[in-house]
Amino acid sequence: MKKYVIIGGSIAGVSCVEGIRSIDPEGEITVITSEAHSNYGRPLISYYLEGKTDLVRMSWRGADFFERNGVTVLHEVSVTKLDPEGQKLTLSTGAALPYDEVCLCTGSYPFSPKFEGLEPVEKRFFFTTLADALALEKAVDRLTKVLIIGAGFIGLKCAEGLRDRAGSVTVCDLAKHAMSANLDADCAPILEKHLEANGLRLMLGDTVVRFEGQRAVMQSGKIVDFDVLVIAIGTRPNSALAAQAGAKVNRGILVDEAMRTSLPGVFAAGDCTESMDISAGEPGLLAVLPNASLQGRCAGVNMAGGSDTFRKGIKMNSIGFFGLHIMSAGTYTEPVYTEITEQGCKKLFARDGVLTGFILLGDVHRAGIYTSLIREKTPLDSIRFDEVKLDPSLLPFGRSYRAKKLGGAV
Amino acid sequence: MKRVYVNEEWCLGCHLCEYNCAFANSGESDMVKALKGKTLYPRIHVEGDEQITYAVSCRHCADPLCVRSCISGALHLEEGAVCISRDKCVGCLTCVLVCPYGAIAPGPDGAALKCELCLSNGRGEPACAAGCPNRAIVYEERGEESR
Repeated sequence: MKKYVIIGGSIAGVSCVEGIRSIDPEGEITVITSEAHSNYGRPLISYYLEGKTDLVRMSWRGADFFERNGVTVLHEVSVTKLDPEGQKLTLSTGAALPYDEVCLCTGSYPFSPKFEGLEPVEKRFFFTTLADALALEKAVDRLTKVLIIGAGFIGLKCAEGLRDRAGSVTVCDLAKHAMSANLDADCAPILEKHLEANGLRLMLGDTVVRFEGQRAVMQSGKIVDFDVLVIAIGTRPNSALAAQAGAKVNRGILVDEAMRTSLPGVFAAGDCTESMDISAGEPGLLAVLPNASLQGRCAGVNMAGGSDTFRKGIKMNSIGFFGLHIMSAGTYTEPVYTEITEQGCKKLFARDGVLTGFILLGDVHRAGIYTSLIREKTPLDSIRFDEVKLDPSLLPFGRSYRAKKLGGAV
Repeated sequence: MKRVYVNEEWCLGCHLCEYNCAFANSGESDMVKALKGKTLYPRIHVEGDEQITYAVSCRHCADPLCVRSCISGALHLEEGAVCISRDKCVGCLTCVLVCPYGAIAPGPDGAALKCELCLSNGRGEPACAAGCPNRAIVYEERGEESR
């Protein structure tokens, strides 16, 4: 009987279990996680603060998932050493754990620049784990002034989640626009207006220079008084364990399309990895939940002796703030369609005759048709792209495509 | 497994499938009461132009991208059918972002709505197919692609 070990109990880890069990119903599976919680979608933590979900409903594959799949879970245990030659792990408990196949689903960690005066700030938090959300929940009441550094996904979702719980929420970012990694200067102002209309205070193109107790001194010279600080500047792959064991690591742990690292018997999946981004034509960090899920499953299938590949990786994101939906996908190459109104925008990007990326803000209806064009690298001259860019539907794909997709099993 | 299939050559573009779907999932026993004067949220929709019309609903993919991508775990498989636990859905619409067919859309409460083959609304078989006047929509077993 094979011994599988999965390091990490979030989406990649859970999907890895699903992948293994789709091939091998018998093998021994151990999941090790440094967290007290497992089997939950990390993006849910803002919805938890907002009251749109709770600890029971947050369970991604159901509370009995690990039990149902005969998995031993070690919570609040970390792996201190990976020995690929001896095929064993050393745990923070001191114990050694042998394995036949191991998958690193170690995720990412939030990073923080060295702000002057940060250390004495007592109530400061990151916002990437359920434990972070639970701690914030305790620290914030109706009078709390919250300052969030970082107006990306994490910072803004945190702000949305806290708005009704806190006295005030201020979000600052050195970038000139909100969600600068995903939106451009045309689309971002629509979001910014919407966020401010919903009670958030934005300080863009400005960030904290130093902290003086409960006051943040900004680059602009402004002073922001706060009770609770959230640092949401960005995340980095957790790749140290793999690097120490000798795996090839660039920004993330390098994996091939079977999710194998450069070490024999060692797989990796999810936010800790760097893998091929087909819309960019080069490897990149594809740290979003759908990829963690697809990669984890792929790794699991291959670990159990099956055959699966992950070869349609792109960045893709769907997020909403106070009812305004935003979707973005792929790589922003050459703009081929732009539509900007008061309420929203649409931008499509293409290169070498295929769609490589898009931004949608507001109307996100049937956006998956665009995503599919990117993932399948559909030649745009094989469909009536002039129609698709205005309104995504299956009509411009032609009769034979529809006959196959709507008239057959897919 | 049995799925809903569409033969566009026979589609009249009458939109009855949309009404039957909305009615079947309304929880009402009277069609007029269920539909009259209300914004409808059918899980099947008719697309097309002057010449061609056809209905699109969830394909219940063998390896559904929406189920893999769902951040809350609301979307799941039940014996091959892609189903949604709407109480778990937080309305992020990642499913809309990934569905290659445009077959998922938000309902009135913001949570995603999709075809569940009328498996749990007491109809026993998909109302769209049962009510299609020209058998352009059928509910039957067709060859599964080997994978």
